[in-house]
Amino acid sequence: MSATTLEESITNTKLPIEELEAVTIRFAGDSGDGMQVTGGQFTATSAIIGNDISTLPDFPAEIRAPAGSLPGVSGYQLNFSSRDIRTPGDEPQVLVAMNPAALKVNIKDLEPGGILVLNTDEFNDGNLKKAGYAANPLNDGSLSGYRLFQIPITSLTLKALENSSMPFKQQERCKNFYALGLMYWLYDRPMEPSLKWIEEKFGAKPEVAEANAMALKAGYNYADTMELFTTHYHVGKAQIRPGKYRNITGNEATAIGFITASQLAGRPIFYGSYPITPASDVLHELSKHKNFGVKTFQAEDEIAAIGAAIGAAFAGHIGLTGTSGPGVALKSEAIGLAVMTELPLIVIDVQRGGPSTGLPTKTEQADLLQAMFGRNSESPVGIVSPATPGDCFRMAIEAVRLATKYMAPVFFLSDGYLGNGSEPWEIPSLDSLPEMKVNFRTEAEGFFPYLRDEKTLARPWAIPGTPGLEHRIGGIEKQNITGNVNYEPDNHDFMVRLRAEKIQRMQQDIPPIDVFGAPEGKVLVLGWGSTYGAITTAVEHMREQGHAVSSAHLRYLNPFPSNLGEVLKGFETVIVPELNLGQLCMLIRAKFLIDAVSFSQVRGKPFKVSSLVNKIKEYL
Amino acid sequence: MSENGHTTNGAVKLTRKDFQTDQEVRWCPGCGDYSILAQVQKVMPELGIPKEKIVFISGIGCSSRFPYYMNTYGFHTIHGRAPAFATGVKVANPDLQVWVITGDGDALSIGGNHFIHALRRNVDLKIILFNNRIYGLTKGQYSPTSELGKRNKSAPMGTIDYPINPLSLAFAAEATFVGRSLDVDPKHLAMMIERLAAHKGSGFLEVYQNCNIFNDGAFKSFNEREVKEDRMIQLEHGKPLVFGKNKDKGIRLNGVTPEIVTIGETGITVDDILVHNENAHEPNLPYILGRMQFPEYPVPMGVFRVIERPTYEQMLAGQISTAVETKGAGSLEKLINSGETWVIN
Repeated sequence: MSATTLEESITNTKLPIEELEAVTIRFAGDSGDGMQVTGGQFTATSAIIGNDISTLPDFPAEIRAPAGSLPGVSGYQLNFSSRDIRTPGDEPQVLVAMNPAALKVNIKDLEPGGILVLNTDEFNDGNLKKAGYAANPLNDGSLSGYRLFQIPITSLTLKALENSSMPFKQQERCKNFYALGLMYWLYDRPMEPSLKWIEEKFGAKPEVAEANAMALKAGYNYADTMELFTTHYHVGKAQIRPGKYRNITGNEATAIGFITASQLAGRPIFYGSYPITPASDVLHELSKHKNFGVKTFQAEDEIAAIGAAIGAAFAGHIGLTGTSGPGVALKSEAIGLAVMTELPLIVIDVQRGGPSTGLPTKTEQADLLQAMFGRNSESPVGIVSPATPGDCFRMAIEAVRLATKYMAPVFFLSDGYLGNGSEPWEIPSLDSLPEMKVNFRTEAEGFFPYLRDEKTLARPWAIPGTPGLEHRIGGIEKQNITGNVNYEPDNHDFMVRLRAEKIQRMQQDIPPIDVFGAPEGKVLVLGWGSTYGAITTAVEHMREQGHAVSSAHLRYLNPFPSNLGEVLKGFETVIVPELNLGQLCMLIRAKFLIDAVSFSQVRGKPFKVSSLVNKIKEYL
Repeated sequence: MSENGHTTNGAVKLTRKDFQTDQEVRWCPGCGDYSILAQVQKVMPELGIPKEKIVFISGIGCSSRFPYYMNTYGFHTIHGRAPAFATGVKVANPDLQVWVITGDGDALSIGGNHFIHALRRNVDLKIILFNNRIYGLTKGQYSPTSELGKRNKSAPMGTIDYPINPLSLAFAAEATFVGRSLDVDPKHLAMMIERLAAHKGSGFLEVYQNCNIFNDGAFKSFNEREVKEDRMIQLEHGKPLVFGKNKDKGIRLNGVTPEIVTIGETGITVDDILVHNENAHEPNLPYILGRMQFPEYPVPMGVFRVIERPTYEQMLAGQISTAVETKGAGSLEKLINSGETWVIN
């Protein structure tokens, strides 16, 4: 640490501190500029000091598009607040743009009068041209509607590191920490958590650790001593439920949730996966935890990934496969086999923009009908979907619980926004988690591979290695009970209906859906998946204004909770906002024969609270 | 085995009958598949492995009905993907002996990718490929091993696809056991199945199998009784590659090209003949042998290559043990509390 500690620097400051309830800030730069790290660090620190937070990383599909180009812009938006928040904010109030391209891509989102911090060093002719600026926006008055701070971040970083032995190029890369230091001062954050992180991350390379720490402090001190900003801001602690918290992304929570499920079930995980954005982090995270007996298998393709997972499920493991929409398309035939052979299998789909390759790094919810119906013939599966990054933990456990209890495949529908987004997560007590110990059939007497449990219709899980239970399964239609190959018309009709009924019976094990707000009223906003935060915030806002609006959020999509029909009946209008063209709405209309209204958006981004509010108002 | 019908570990000795199921075998009468099934059922009891520890996994095609007829665990999966399912089974439970039954269309066309990768990973799978050079179950279209120009249902003017050589592919994919046998020589076939069973690692056995409905006589030009000794050559480790009714012909290498020579002619002795080494680390020589085809050459039968290297499932288990040793057995409490945490009061 420098001689001036954080406490001193805050008390020493002569500038006034203004109290704010919430701030939305966006860091944007070239994809090589380290903006994800900057945003991640600001998030972690804000969480630690007690703000509620919600984040939205937004990065390009290209790993390093040409430096300074528009496709190469990477951004990280976070909302931190002294109130309970559920979204990363609509329009940022603060934009930090590290080059002209970042300014060009993001300026339209910055709210009027917002704080705009620009790295002026990068506003040279070459970069301006790459970003498509005919005139330099720093001089042409086009930014007059914002509180503009022109700071030569690159050269200030280099100056701060003039005694460093690192090569010039590497010194330059510390500028993201310089920018972070500026923002830490502006929003009154302590530097310690990031200094600690730098130490841990770069400990093996002391000169890199030192340079990044120096850049961070230099940025902080620059803002302090230069009285750059006329004020600095304080966002107080949020009223968060007492408990122990950590910051968690959806993909981390997914991996940890499945490991927890495997421990609860008493069976190891087998995770078959092929790298695909935005699901790969689940593979990375799971592969770190081999000491839980986790077996990760990076397959040659999507089909092998699911094939191996089904094989492992046959052999008694918790078989998981994880992918995004295009991968699900490739896995479809194998999912059908898991339906036919009635094996527990979990398919993780971290949805992204489509069709085809689509928008690999952007979020969307358009795989719901693919999960429901995207296979040949009648091929029902269970579907669960987490509502928030932290909820991925809970729903992962639910997916395993349902799959193993009912001996059937279950989809886990996450999306890019949930997977990469983060929130403070209240660490659950292990005692609060469900009992779900798995039992294999071991008794040879009276065994048949397609015997049925009366309540669940599940067939026995009889794993290879068990004496006396040798049997054959496969994709050809089975005779009920015996499991023998059977082509008879009556048997097929019976079995198709039985497989559907089995999934429907999962309803017995699904909690009823809760209504946020009154159980009756003018409008019910019905959502699923990652839209939870925006919908709940919008409805809360409307209710505060006295409108008869409620919301309900589906975390179980197939089957639906048993009380859903009753809940829908309590409202004049049901609005279904989705990041697709109305897929849940179609299911609701078909199943409940109500005139539900679809509100759809497919822009690769989550809903803005304001657009939901405007839509709801149309029906009041 | 001891003489009282018990294995040395005390288990009751199984017989061929123990491996038969009550399901009616539905291959066409006269199909070469019957011979392969019979030899597998004959060899199984000799392996001394309890039948609950044996799993047969197949894809789609005539050959892939095989698991229904074996009274072990079995899984009839989807077209071409059997090696992937088998990998999951073997990795989940390395105690199981896992067999993959596939065909030329299943393994080399739709499943080419999985075939390659299962072999390269050296998962301990015993893969038997029934090669009849035709699609049988879909009624007679050409397969990836059909000869160029073959006329059939989907190529009435003859195929214009060059065929693939399954052994070449297996060598390229780093298979640690590669062998070939044929349905009409039950003794040889049984021996090859035993060799395959004994191998630890990815094993591949190609079996020339006659489809008497859609491609009858595909191999008869070299495997019929009166010509087979002159037109096939038996590979034996450490022995010279000699063949022919009179054992007077042999294979000599001229550079990297094999040539047929006659012992006793123009000063050629048995010392000039190439000696087979199935344990050679590099697959160059077996690759050359695997390319030999009738009528230019006698067709080699036997084990081309068998080498030892750690298997995938062994290495994965090793990583898990190492992780447990270094980090301790996984603790959920520690896992969910990892990273930066804070308490709100």
